[in-house]
Amino acid sequence: MKTDPATMQIIMAIVPKLRAFAISLSGNVDRADDLVQETLMRAIANIDSFEPGTNMQAWLFTILRNRFRSEYRKRRREVEDADGHYTDSLISQPEQTSKLEYKELRVALDKLPSDQREALILVGASGFSYEEAAAICGCAVGTIKSRVNRARNRLATELDVKSVEDFGPDRNTRAVLAANERR
Amino acid sequence: MNSNEAVAGAKPKSGGLDRQVQAKIGQQLRAMYDNVVDQGVPDRFAELLKKLDGAQGASKTEEESR
Repeated sequence: MKTDPATMQIIMAIVPKLRAFAISLSGNVDRADDLVQETLMRAIANIDSFEPGTNMQAWLFTILRNRFRSEYRKRRREVEDADGHYTDSLISQPEQTSKLEYKELRVALDKLPSDQREALILVGASGFSYEEAAAICGCAVGTIKSRVNRARNRLATELDVKSVEDFGPDRNTRAVLAANERR
Repeated sequence: MNSNEAVAGAKPKSGGLDRQVQAKIGQQLRAMYDNVVDQGVPDRFAELLKKLDGAQGASKTEEESR
């Protein structure tokens, strides 16, 4: 029997969100789209294990998240001696996460440990509750909460530092002015 | 959105600048995310789903006819 058309409609409607999640996680559109494709293939093949009435979006996100985690671990091992070049190649793709205004955020996101990054994205961008995010990541609600908090604080530090740097020229100008006044 | 504010509000030790940065982060994170969501379903996936659904129907029918 073919998959119920209503179920296919629901899955189709979630695809844009799956892509957003995958791109936010990986920072790379091509890789994200491959992840989405694998997720959809896996989901359709295992559609019988989806419990009707439960959250389809959470189910699909769980599949994608697990694919990403296992692939991430595998690639990490492969490029261990490349030391950092892997991350560079992920974030240097132009127009990937597109707009320049997100670049600072993207760089800061990529500096987060992956468990903090996924927790922050699920709660802060995808709009899942802490409980749903915990179910997707297979951990306790308290763990998700602390990961989200640590991620927020760390991003705040990263972006905060940048904004202080932005004040640098001003401070220099002020120093020059102050030095001139003293003369 | 409200939950983000609640989290920020639950941390009185963070100063005004921190809060500003936090709000900016939340906003940018959602903007970056929604930017992709707004792109809709690329043809690649619409076609894939159609194909997968068809293939599944076909293979099941084959099994049943055996």
